[in-house]
Amino acid sequence: MVRVKNWLLIALPTLLTIAVADHAAAQTAPPGATPPAASVPTAVRRSGGLVPGQKRPPGDPVQIERGKTLYGISCTSCHGADLRGGDLGGPNLLRSQVALSDQDGELIAPIIQGARQNSGMPAVPMSPADGKAVAAYVRSVVATIGTQGKPPSIGKPAPSVLVGDVTAGQAYFASKCASCHSPTGDLAGIATRVSDPKALQNVWVGGGRNRRFGPTLGAPGSRHTVMVTITEASGESVEGRLVRIDDFLVTVALADGTSRTFRREGDIPKVDVHDPMKMHRDLLAAYTDKDMHDVTAYLVTLK
Amino acid sequence: MTLKELILSAALSPLVLFAQGNGVAPSEILKPLKDSWPTYNGDYSGKRYSALTQVDQTNVMHLTLAWMTRVTPGQTSGPGGRGGRAPAAVIVGGEGPGDINVGGGTIKASALEVDGVLYFTMPDNAWAVDARDGSELWHYFWKTKGGTHIGNRGLGMWNSFLFMETPDDYLVSLDSKTGKERWHKPIADLAQGYFSTPAPVVVGNHVLVGTGNDLDAPGMLQSFDPETGDLQWKFYTVPMNPGDPGLNTWASLDAARHGGGQAWVPGAYDPDTKLYIFSTGNPTPAFTNGTRGEGDNLFTCALIALNVDTGKMAWYYSTSPHDMHDYDSAQTPVLVDGMFNGKMRKMVLTAARNGYWFTLDRLTGEHLVTSKYGLLTNWSDKLTKAGGPYPDAEKNATIAGSLVSPTSDGTTNWEPPSYSPDTGLFYVAESDDYSIFYLTDLDPRGSMGLGGKDEVQVGSGGSFLTAIDYRTGEVKWRRPYYGQGGGGGMLTTAGKLLFAGDGAGNLVAHDVVTGKPLWNTRIGWVTNPAQTFMLDGRQYVIAATGDTLWAFVLY
Repeated sequence: MVRVKNWLLIALPTLLTIAVADHAAAQTAPPGATPPAASVPTAVRRSGGLVPGQKRPPGDPVQIERGKTLYGISCTSCHGADLRGGDLGGPNLLRSQVALSDQDGELIAPIIQGARQNSGMPAVPMSPADGKAVAAYVRSVVATIGTQGKPPSIGKPAPSVLVGDVTAGQAYFASKCASCHSPTGDLAGIATRVSDPKALQNVWVGGGRNRRFGPTLGAPGSRHTVMVTITEASGESVEGRLVRIDDFLVTVALADGTSRTFRREGDIPKVDVHDPMKMHRDLLAAYTDKDMHDVTAYLVTLK
Repeated sequence: MTLKELILSAALSPLVLFAQGNGVAPSEILKPLKDSWPTYNGDYSGKRYSALTQVDQTNVMHLTLAWMTRVTPGQTSGPGGRGGRAPAAVIVGGEGPGDINVGGGTIKASALEVDGVLYFTMPDNAWAVDARDGSELWHYFWKTKGGTHIGNRGLGMWNSFLFMETPDDYLVSLDSKTGKERWHKPIADLAQGYFSTPAPVVVGNHVLVGTGNDLDAPGMLQSFDPETGDLQWKFYTVPMNPGDPGLNTWASLDAARHGGGQAWVPGAYDPDTKLYIFSTGNPTPAFTNGTRGEGDNLFTCALIALNVDTGKMAWYYSTSPHDMHDYDSAQTPVLVDGMFNGKMRKMVLTAARNGYWFTLDRLTGEHLVTSKYGLLTNWSDKLTKAGGPYPDAEKNATIAGSLVSPTSDGTTNWEPPSYSPDTGLFYVAESDDYSIFYLTDLDPRGSMGLGGKDEVQVGSGGSFLTAIDYRTGEVKWRRPYYGQGGGGGMLTTAGKLLFAGDGAGNLVAHDVVTGKPLWNTRIGWVTNPAQTFMLDGRQYVIAATGDTLWAFVLY
């Protein structure tokens, strides 16, 4: 699959971080506080777009309804009520190239009438009009396939992600997290603020935000704020919030509300970045999946 | 003819010839990359290494803007280039209704540079601009019927004819001098979810065309006649019939026929063996194996070598057998002749999306090296007998979540790498990010396409400009990126330079030996690979940011 996901993920971090209290600070930050290094690429990746692959007029609801009834009678046992294949082993019609390409029963109806008996599809007695109705119903379901081939929702809630051991999670927290976090301090009530366990797991593993790319520079006053100390060759140094850094320039926001940009020539000036999220990122390589599930199980108890 | 006319025509005709040229003779593309840029990767090797030396480590700091031009996709002409000329009238083609608004586009294409003209694309759009000043010469717009408009990698050229693929699955041929359409031919069925992004690659009298799909459809590579657009052969990347090779690596023929393996990215070509070597994408369903079994799922996530005249497979190598994370192996393969264990060998190199490196013999597909170049790659715990990384079942998507690096965007993606024979190093943009992969579809029948999972990206362990030694697969050095990783792809030159976007808003020239930056220009996020060519005795370097193309030169 090509990198379609970049755009889809733009929306995700926003959804997930809303639940985190200190994200409010980032949302109310003045426009100038947005780090250019982070905003420029996002804007570029957003362009282009998905155009529906199947531009077809909606079918006739009466015909679709009749087709649905006939499908239920003659097709469900082999192809499944959801078209994804039934107990008697018929193929998944949602990804059937015949069903996808059919326009008005011209491909599906002959198969219903027996064109594929050699490969095990029995002939089903049906008038040409009814064959077209079944085809219309199949197309109407196919039209609900999501982007990137996501099957239509079957309406079942996602299974719970809670499989961890609370006691083990508490012990892990005490050894690895408690130097910065406290269940009675910053994380008190975290499971109330983020009530869905899966969202909670995503938020804590991501360190309170789900930006793809680190370091996340953070907004003024945020716990995630990346600070920088810049020491010039003269020995003079300034400290403040890191606005932007690359191999050539570094920009720091100063306490008085102004900002300064320094040109970098190798090691001059000296740049010391203090990223409070570094430990979170380093831990990504250290967690086992069991650690992650255990800590989630523990955090869920912090109502 | 009067004397005056005779003098005029004598004076003008060489000029006209020089200005228009005859396009790209197929034999031109056999030459190593130097003065022009006649095919997607510059030449067939995929090295993206230019022999040009005018710009080098001693003078690159004087490289300066020659021109920039902004293009406007769509049916109405935009403000035009900045060369002082009015924008070209839009030539409209296509079978769509014309009322589908696709919105803005991004230049991800590699431009062709031929006879002083640059040809490049966005989805549904092709342009010719004057390489000396960026002025628009013509603009072709295709009215789409639909399809995913994520990117277009550029054009192929055969003599004076151009070829472009469209998101709604047509191969369109244009006259390079006028931009007028010669013909268009359907290459896949949009209704089955196919959409097309690759740049066609012209080899001899073959136009090689890949397509894409996310919906459980078989991948394919097709060859068309450049004159007529007639199909010459079609190669499916998965078994389609009883008895086809690779069928025993699938649970059933039906699973294989819905198995994916798309040809997303243009391949490389070895003229000595007539082998076209390209890579394939993920198997489908991507994240559940209910229907596809535990096998290698051939020939998805593989390198495939085809005889270009017959479309018959000479060899394959599975770089991600039985992929479970949507790690398409759709990267540009790079053909290198060099020493390996004391012997000269003809090799093909690839840094795959799954975080693993491969060196193979390109005559036979013989496996020479596997290494893990993704610093944090954690999804595989074993190699197959053939040397391919096989998934650790514990790291597949699970209900409670698996913490996996890389994300499904991969350690690298479509952006082309580069190889410099001066250093023997292969350069690639590496991203070491983490996702939690949740299984959401527990249906024992398996899911479809890329469905059945929820992937949440939770952080990055860094991104790098990474230099790899093909002889061992060892990472020689990594240079950290500050932004979102490298942008657009890589270019190396005989001036001992490496050009690439830095993901933080710069186009950068690096010392190809050490990676040290020697020059930068803050033009924004670079969206295509940097390229170079020679014109009027000057070496140009070009790169795109979004809808803008920039050209740099030494004065």
